Amino acid sequence: MKADPAGVLTGVHYLDGDYACGEGAMAAGCRFVAGYPITPSTEVVERISQRFPMMGGTFIQMEDELASMAAVAGAAWTGSKTMTVTSGPGFSLMMENIGLATMMEAPCVVVNVQRGGPSTGLPTMVGQADMMQARWGSHGDYELIALCPQSPQEAFDLTIEAFNLSETWRVPVMFMMDECVGHMTEKVVIPPAEEIDVVPRKLTDKKPDEYKPYEVNGKPVPEMVRAGDGYRFHTTGLTHDERGYPVMSVECQSVSVKRLIDKIRLNADQIVRYEEEDMEGADVVVVAYGITARVTRAGIDMARAKGIKVGFMRLIVVWPFPETRIRELADKVKAFVMPEINYGQMVLELERCAAGKATTTLVPHGGGGVHDPADICKAIEEAAK
Amino acid sequence: MSTESDATLAQEHPIAPFLRMDRMPHIWCPTCGIGTVVKCFATALDESKVDLDKVAITSGIGCTGRVAGYMNLDAFHATHGRAIPFATGLKLGRPELEVVVFSGDGDLTGIGGNHFIHAARRNMDMLVILVNNFIYGMTGGQNAPTTPETARSSTMPFGNFERPFNLPHLAASCGASFVARWTCLHIRRLTKTIRTALNRQGFRFIEVIAPCPTLYSRLNRLGSGLDLVKFYHDNSEIKHGADTRELDIAFQDRFICGNFVDEERPTFLDMMHAHYKERLGDRYVPMPDEGGWLHE
Repeated sequence: MKADPAGVLTGVHYLDGDYACGEGAMAAGCRFVAGYPITPSTEVVERISQRFPMMGGTFIQMEDELASMAAVAGAAWTGSKTMTVTSGPGFSLMMENIGLATMMEAPCVVVNVQRGGPSTGLPTMVGQADMMQARWGSHGDYELIALCPQSPQEAFDLTIEAFNLSETWRVPVMFMMDECVGHMTEKVVIPPAEEIDVVPRKLTDKKPDEYKPYEVNGKPVPEMVRAGDGYRFHTTGLTHDERGYPVMSVECQSVSVKRLIDKIRLNADQIVRYEEEDMEGADVVVVAYGITARVTRAGIDMARAKGIKVGFMRLIVVWPFPETRIRELADKVKAFVMPEINYGQMVLELERCAAGKATTTLVPHGGGGVHDPADICKAIEEAAK
Repeated sequence: MSTESDATLAQEHPIAPFLRMDRMPHIWCPTCGIGTVVKCFATALDESKVDLDKVAITSGIGCTGRVAGYMNLDAFHATHGRAIPFATGLKLGRPELEVVVFSGDGDLTGIGGNHFIHAARRNMDMLVILVNNFIYGMTGGQNAPTTPETARSSTMPFGNFERPFNLPHLAASCGASFVARWTCLHIRRLTKTIRTALNRQGFRFIEVIAPCPTLYSRLNRLGSGLDLVKFYHDNSEIKHGADTRELDIAFQDRFICGNFVDEERPTFLDMMHAHYKERLGDRYVPMPDEGGWLHE
């Protein structure tokens, strides 16, 4: 369906990534946000708390990030599109209830405007070191979805996409911004509501006595209901059967947890999203995401000036990882180069998928700033030898 | 093994319609007090004539944390300590819901203590029923923030030397609009208090003292659950409106029960609506009672 015009600030704006993310959430139909202040993400909820009262939305500043994520998981069961916003230290606290939302299959969006870490790290400065935490930061085995915008425009567009993915696959979607994109101000075009596609909450057509909360009938995702509609359903963070009842057995664990994983893994080709440039005849492919993707372009230009054939792959959905495409490319190219603002996270997945058919080189950065394009160029030159 | 007579019995029990009978038997030990509190809650739901389709119940983790799972309501079994913030999301996402949190002392005031005080401070619209058995039961009898001084627990084998919470005072001093304490012996009084609380607004807190025969009682040589209920009978004093500062519980000493606070004060949602209406006038669009959800 098309977006509710009440949440869409149609026009051409000059916004930072945090504000654009907030606008994206409101355009997507998000009407419940719980959060706790943390730099460099707070502007997202400041924007939302400024505009929510005029569109029937409720923002609550909770007592901490544990509470914020728990409230979001709870509100998801009212049919509302829900979101919380944080940065590294708060992301760590949210892990507990990200696991709950994953286990209950409660759709929601978690924004992490990444800063340098570990611990309190660099509160006002950039990092991309929560990428593995986004995937498996909560305990137990699961798969979810994560996206990385590279600009304020994408912070708007992809926030809508994050909500759509969370509704489609009934998972918490991690929206992995970074401080640079969050605080960078650029032109953001917000289209009219009738040009924005949003996925509404799909409720079951079944009657209460026919309904089982986790019955899938061969589909990847069960049908949902809302609290207060007379279904008298039960859901739990415990391993549960189709009725949502706890069952402590090897059999139930293997069926229910495997389905949580399979709904993403087996459908990864429908979820993955990336952009490619100049892949034809490339010897070296640089893979990057978020702010690093923009810095990378400068490094690629420098390498091309030296006569190296360089392709560029920008990850938009980072989890699930574009495994199929990386395997195809690994058969064709000599080397992959991956700059990221950490000491090697996504590159591990790249290396796994390249499976020795092409070399992989990490261009690390400890955080607090972005790469020097010359370092990326140098890594490309080395990889091309 | 299920037989026809079991099924008939289940149908005939007056609170069976309020329970998920297909989940019986429950996990609670013989002479545990939690089941009695559930019976009082179900009776109060019945008598209060609330629309059960609009009641959502949330529990955390622990023995009392299993209550939500046995109630034939929209029922959520959340993470340890997070029942109150989870329920906050339910209430704010669909304001017409009657939200109940039913959990234990360790869950709500140990790991969940921060959420408890803030929900009370906000006068968030929810009924919180806390079963206090003075110990972490499900994990094996560890010390709780409610364990009385000198009482033994598996992690205080020489007796507890920490000062426990006075829960009604904690709730009242943080701003709860309704505060009461009973034991699982006080079936009629507890039921009536729950019924009253269901008809109030804001953060309503009911502490219910109940025996843990398997751990608290065994570690402290207090006999069966029945022996403890006899102890409640002989040592509880009913004092409505008591000063909540006087409600500390010492080990196997006399203690006070009753309804302590019952004040009509604006809830979080009342305050929010009034404030935005005043500041924004006609520009304010409150979330509809049935929730701010996007549907075709």
